[in-house]
Order: sequence, then structure tokens, then C-alpha cells
Amino acid sequence: MTTSSPTANAQSTDNYLTFTRGIKSWMFTLDHKRIGVMYLVSVLASFFVGGLFALIVRTKLLTPGEVSWIDADQYNQAFTLHGAIMVFLVIIPSIPGALGNFVLPIMLGAKDVAFPRLNLFSYYLWVTGAFLSVYALLAGGFDTGWTFYTPYSTTTETAGVIPVVMGVFVLGFSSIFTGLNFVVTIHKLRPPGMTWFRMPLLLWALYATALIQVLATPVLGITLLLLIIERAFGIGIFDPDMGGDPVLFQHFFWFYSHPAVYIMILPGMGIISEIIAVHSHRQIFGYKYVAFSSIAIAIFSFLVWGHHMFTSGQSELMNVVFSFITFSVAIPSAIKVFNWLATLYKGAIVLNTAMLYGLAFMFLFTIGGLTGLPLGTLNVDIHLHDTYFVVAHFHYVMMGSALIAMVGGIHHWWPKMFGVMFSEFWGRIGCTLVFVGFNVTFFTQFMLGSQGMPRRYYMYQPEFQTYHVISTMGAYVMALGFFVTAAYLLHSLFFGKKAPANPWGGRSLEWQCTSPPPHDNFSTTPSVGNPYDFSDVRWNEAEQGYEIDPNAVPSKDTH
Amino acid sequence: MSAAHTSTDPTTAHAEHDHSHDPHGEHAKYPFLAHHFDSPAQQFDSGKFGMWLFLATEVLFFGGLFVAYAVLRMLHPEVFAYASHYLDTILGGINTLVLIASSFTMAMAVRFAQTNKRIPLIICLLLTLAGAMGFMVIKYFEYTHKIHENLIMGPGFYRPVDAQEATIAMTDPGEPAPVLKLDSSLGAPAVTPAAASQNIIGIPLPAMDRTAVVSPLAGPSGVVDLAGTPPAERSQYAEEALREVPTADTPHLLDPKLPVNTHQFFAIYYCMTGLHGIHVIVGIGVISWLVWGAFKGRYNSNYYTPVDLVGLYWHVVDLVWIFLFPLFYLIH
Repeated sequence: MTTSSPTANAQSTDNYLTFTRGIKSWMFTLDHKRIGVMYLVSVLASFFVGGLFALIVRTKLLTPGEVSWIDADQYNQAFTLHGAIMVFLVIIPSIPGALGNFVLPIMLGAKDVAFPRLNLFSYYLWVTGAFLSVYALLAGGFDTGWTFYTPYSTTTETAGVIPVVMGVFVLGFSSIFTGLNFVVTIHKLRPPGMTWFRMPLLLWALYATALIQVLATPVLGITLLLLIIERAFGIGIFDPDMGGDPVLFQHFFWFYSHPAVYIMILPGMGIISEIIAVHSHRQIFGYKYVAFSSIAIAIFSFLVWGHHMFTSGQSELMNVVFSFITFSVAIPSAIKVFNWLATLYKGAIVLNTAMLYGLAFMFLFTIGGLTGLPLGTLNVDIHLHDTYFVVAHFHYVMMGSALIAMVGGIHHWWPKMFGVMFSEFWGRIGCTLVFVGFNVTFFTQFMLGSQGMPRRYYMYQPEFQTYHVISTMGAYVMALGFFVTAAYLLHSLFFGKKAPANPWGGRSLEWQCTSPPPHDNFSTTPSVGNPYDFSDVRWNEAEQGYEIDPNAVPSKDTH
Repeated sequence: MSAAHTSTDPTTAHAEHDHSHDPHGEHAKYPFLAHHFDSPAQQFDSGKFGMWLFLATEVLFFGGLFVAYAVLRMLHPEVFAYASHYLDTILGGINTLVLIASSFTMAMAVRFAQTNKRIPLIICLLLTLAGAMGFMVIKYFEYTHKIHENLIMGPGFYRPVDAQEATIAMTDPGEPAPVLKLDSSLGAPAVTPAAASQNIIGIPLPAMDRTAVVSPLAGPSGVVDLAGTPPAERSQYAEEALREVPTADTPHLLDPKLPVNTHQFFAIYYCMTGLHGIHVIVGIGVISWLVWGAFKGRYNSNYYTPVDLVGLYWHVVDLVWIFLFPLFYLIH
């Protein structure tokens, strides 16, 4: 940020990073931008740890039998930790907490979120949840799978179950308060001129996500509380020997955890809307359809939890109803994919790193979404349930889609957040390694699953070994890709070229303040119009960035 | 840059707004106005909306327990009919009236805050606080009485209160009393060491027999819907469980009419009333903070937001109890 580029007209003005200094100014900050950066660092660190556990699992699976360096119980802990860390510490909080916190108020035209102190509290709840999870590890670990199914979770001897469940409970409240903050911010803090249909689609996506966070997460809270009480006091509501019902836990758990997966994907879809539109310099196709499909997904997500329980013994009628609604929840997602494709068509596409991640998303999400359909089909699911087919499906949507979108978003807003440009050359290499590695890892798992390899197994039949070896090789390639990405991003923080206010030619409000933004977001009032009308955006050679033509007529609204 | 307005746009009422200063003097005029809000009205609206959203999460949080209640009651209706007699309806009723009254005083407190009446505000807040504490005191007596009788959640429910009860229960030849068949691995020591010395050797505690009410009509949990079973097929104990009413003084383990799985009632009872009690305690804390703020003169007709929002919270806490009371205390 102190490189002396001759094209940098801007003097080293105050920005949110330099406004105040010292560790306490960060620990007690109320600035949404700083909170977003803290979330980003925390979430990426957790991703690294969760990824390590994944590599442990994949390395074990190179050989079908027992190995000396990890036994079956330790293996169970490894995949449990991988899942719990990734789901609760990374994917659910990542986009709303890291990118959402940073971008939402600026994109909206506000000075901060509605409740800045609650925002900081949300972050510290996340930290508390993370500490409780680490404590759980040290207290004896837990091997229940991230889904904590009863009766195993209430009877297993690993002593870390209650601490980690408490940790997830706390993380749930972090999520609830972030969602509450975003809903109120979007409703109440829109400046004059920013009507609902002038909001960029990322805000619609974050709004739909926030609704789910507020309504679904409390049910997880009570489920976890009941699990703790059952484990600690043996009350017996999930224990068949005491007149309880273990499937009741599954109903409670999935009532939250299915909407949770839409908490994971919806913000990612919002990011993709932004990336695709900006990097193809084209008005998003079907704005209102994309906006409403986010809300539709949020509503439908509450109605399909039973599709995780087709083989649990629930009635045929419930199975049929859940299967039917599961098919219909695919429709709004498909609407988005078609709209993005139509946006790309005849666009002036620039294959920046962010755009590459966006295109990767389109491919990987299509596969991930389509493979959800055989899982939602009752007779096929009998065979595919609890196999690697499920594992491959959810990695395609959670990692190949949500995480890829997050990484794409990090690249897209990196210049804005830190005021530096990263190396596009290494960016493309990193993206390619991740994309190729990902597909090699997980496409083979579809084959494994459909041929009968069960999930969460320490040992397997020798006929599956070739697939497992290929999958593990892919995992290492992917890991390399993430290391490369981390390396060039970190490098850019110290040695990157100074970033202009608008490096990509975006039209939404965050591109109208400096990179990095000033402490209070805007030094002059931004112009609010159609966030996808790029006709007024032109290249400024002196600044080496884009600018919005100040003499242009006000842009027409989205249709 | 000027704000871009379309001529037909009704929302662009303001002129250019420089964010880094205070163009209308709002922030200087209202010291409670936070920097990121433009007007006190916007701040109040946002706070209120946020509180309603939080209350929605509370409803969903308790909602899970209400669903668990519904499932358990559907599975074991005879348990709920029987066990509710162990709850003191009078005390529960007093608690209900106390909470409703405290909601009223809370609403009055909001009104007094809005109309700048500081002393009545403090009085009403203190009355609300008194109601909340009174509720917890009554709750304390209810809970301690039950714990004393071993009417608790978990397998401890089946632990005899004393050696004499254990002796009677296990050595009475005429009454097999199936509900006392316990698996000792459930961790409840059957007798005190003193009793053991009285030559009550090894209460055998065989495995808990949940098929005690044996019938081909038993559902997946092994329990029969007693009321729905034809009389000829009911066990002798079922008949009596449906007819006779236990009293709070009857040691529950000695009652041959005790339905299997009665512990489930107390499990959900303690979970729900306990969680509610925790919310009352939090309410006590928050209302105390309001009393302190009112004492310092922080609330007036311009700024009564905290009183209003805490009032909303307190009304929801009251509402939850209004649902709990009939569901547990008024089953018969």
C-alpha cells in the first residue's frame, strides 16, 4: 500500500486500514470493514486446518486395509473434525461474515451495518465457538460425524462431544446475529434512491441468506441443547430404551441443516451474479428473476429436510412429499444458471482470475446441482444413501460452488479491500490447479459411490483402491493450488501494485470509493442507479482503472 | 458527484448528503443518535425491527421444544395424563398471574418513559422486577420439592428416595411393579451405603422392562396407547393408571399405576420450564439495567428505545409461559 506508483493520483489518504492503529483499535473496532477482514483471516485459517484433516483422511484412503499411523477411531475423528470445521467454522460464516460484512454496507450506500456492536459481538461469538472446538479436540476429541446422530453421539466415550456441541451452539448465535444485522440493514439503511430493485444481486442473495440464518439456526440451537442434556443427564428423549426416538434427533437436526446448506450457497450465487456481470461488462440477464429466485430458494429450503432421511424409516407419504419438493427446489437454482449463461452471451468477457472462478462455479455447480436429483429420487437414493455419491455431490455444491465463489469473491474485491492488485498470471495457475484437482478428487467419488463404496469407512474393498488413489492425487493437486493462491495473495499485500478505485469496471457503489475505502466509506455521495448498466463506465488511462462518467445521464433502472 | 435521481422517483427526498459531517445537525441535537443513522426515527425503527427479529428466533428456539413435547405426548399420552398430577396447579396458576401482572407493569413502564414520568417509570420497572423475582422464587420451591421426591429427569427418576422405599418396592411379593426393573448400568445407585448394611443385599435391578404393558398394539417404542387399547387387551396396571389419580405425597415408585416412561414427562417439563426460567433470569438482569438507566435519567420522550425493546422481550417471555402453563399443569 505504500508503493509509489506514478499513476497513483490519490495521496496516501486515510483509509479504514490506516485510520487508527494498534491491536486494540482492531479488537474493539466497530467498523464493518475491519470486522470483515478479521472474519476473513479467521475463516481462511480454519479452512487450512479443516483441509489438513481432509488430507489426513484422503491419505489414509490410499490403502484399503489398516495402516500403522492412524487407527479406525482416530480416522473417525479425522473426518468428523474435517466436516465440523468446514461446515460450522468455514462455509456457513465465510461469505456473510467476511465478504458480506465488508461489501454490504458500501454496496448499499450506508455507513455501517445497523448494529455495529452486535456485529463485533458476532465475530467474538465465532472466536468463542472456535476455541470451544479446539478445547473439544484437546479434551478427547469426537468421532460422531459432523451430523452428531443419536444414539451414537449420546453414548460415545469420546469426551469432546459436549464441548464441541457447545461450540457449535455458540457459532449458531454468531450466525443468527449476523443475519439479523443484515436483514435490518437492508430494510432500514438504504439511502435515498436505493430502491429494492436497484440493489445489486449480491444484496438480494445476502438478504435471503440472512432470513434463513435468523429463522433456521435457532432450531439447531435447541437441538444441540437437547443433545447436551441427553448426553449429560440421560433424559432419554432420543433413546429407544427409554421410550424416546433417535429419528426425532434427525428431524430436528436436518430442519436446520438443510436450510443451512442454502446459507452456504446463496451468498456464493450472489457473488457469481456480480462477477459474471462485471467481468463480461454486461447487464445481468433477468435481474428480477434472479432476485426472486433467491427468496424462493430461501422459502423452499425449509420444506425439504426429509430428503436426508429417506432410509430412516419415515412413512412413504413423507418420502414422496419430500422428494417432490426437493425436485422443485432445483428450479430456482436452474433459473439463476440460465440467467448467468444469458448474461455471458455476447458479453465483453475478460478472463480475469475472478471470472475464471466464476466460470468454474458454473461448471461445478451444474454438476453438483444435477447430482442432487438422483439423490432426491427415492428408489435411487436407497442405493446411493451413505455412499461416496453423496460425498461427491455435497463437495461439488459446498466446495466446488460455495467455496469457489468465495475465492472468486476474494479475488474480485481484493483490490478494494487491500488497495493492491495481485498477479493475474499466478491467479490463473492457482485457479487451474484448484479446478483440475477438484474434479479429479471428486468426480471419481461419484463412480465410487454408485458402485457401492460407503462413506465414512476406514477400510474398504480392494476393488475400489484405484479410484481412491486417483481421488487422493487430485486432493494433493488441489491443496497445491490453494497454497499457490495463498502465496500470491499474501505477496500482493506487501508488493502488489496500487489498486485504482475501480479496477474491473463495476457499476455498483463499492467501486465509487477509493481502494481501500475511507473509514466512513464515502467521502462524497455516490450516484445510485442501475448497478449493472455499464454503458457509463469507461477506462481512465491515467488511473489505470475504470471510472463512471460524471456527465452521463442517470442510468435506467433494471427491468 | 451528485446523486442521480430519476424524475419519477419518490424516494429521493433528500439533497446531497455529505456523509462525513452532520448537515442537519441531527447528531449534535440528539447525543444518543449513532453515527451511522441519519435520524432518531431511523435508529428507533431499526432497533425495533431488530428486536422483533430476535423475538422470532426465540419463538423458533422454544418452538423446537414444543415440537418435542408434541411428539412425546403423542407417543405416551398416558404418561402426560398421569404425571401432570405431580405438578401443583395452584402454584402454577399464581406464577401465571404474576407474570401477566408483570407484563402489565412493564407496558406501563414503557408508557411512562414515553411521557417523561421518571418516578412512575422506576416504580413500574421495580414492580416488574418484583414479579419476575417472585416467579423465580415460586419456581425454586416447585423444583426443590420435586427434586426431593426424585421427580427428576433421567434415570434417577427410578432411584428410590430412601432405603425404606427401596425395600418396600423390591420385597413386596404381591406387586411385580415392572417399572422398577432397571438396568443398573443407568448409573443410579439404588440404596444408600447405610441401607446396604441393613442386609438389603444387592437390589438386583434387572433390565428396564419397557414392554411391561405387553400388547400386540405396542408401537415402535414398545409402548401402547392405553386409552386407545380395548379394555380386554390392557394389562391390569393400565386400567388402574387410567382410573386412579396419584397425589404428590405418594412416593411415585411405590405406585403400581405408574406408567412406563413417565420420566419422559419430567424430562420435557424441566427442559421447557428450565429454559423459560433462564430467560426470566436474563430478563431480571436486563430490567435491572433499565432501572439503573432510569435512575440516571437516561430515558425520556426522545429516547425510550431500551425500555420499549426490553418490554417486547418481556412480553414474549410471558407469552411462552402462558403456553407452558396449560400444556403441563392443566392436562386434566
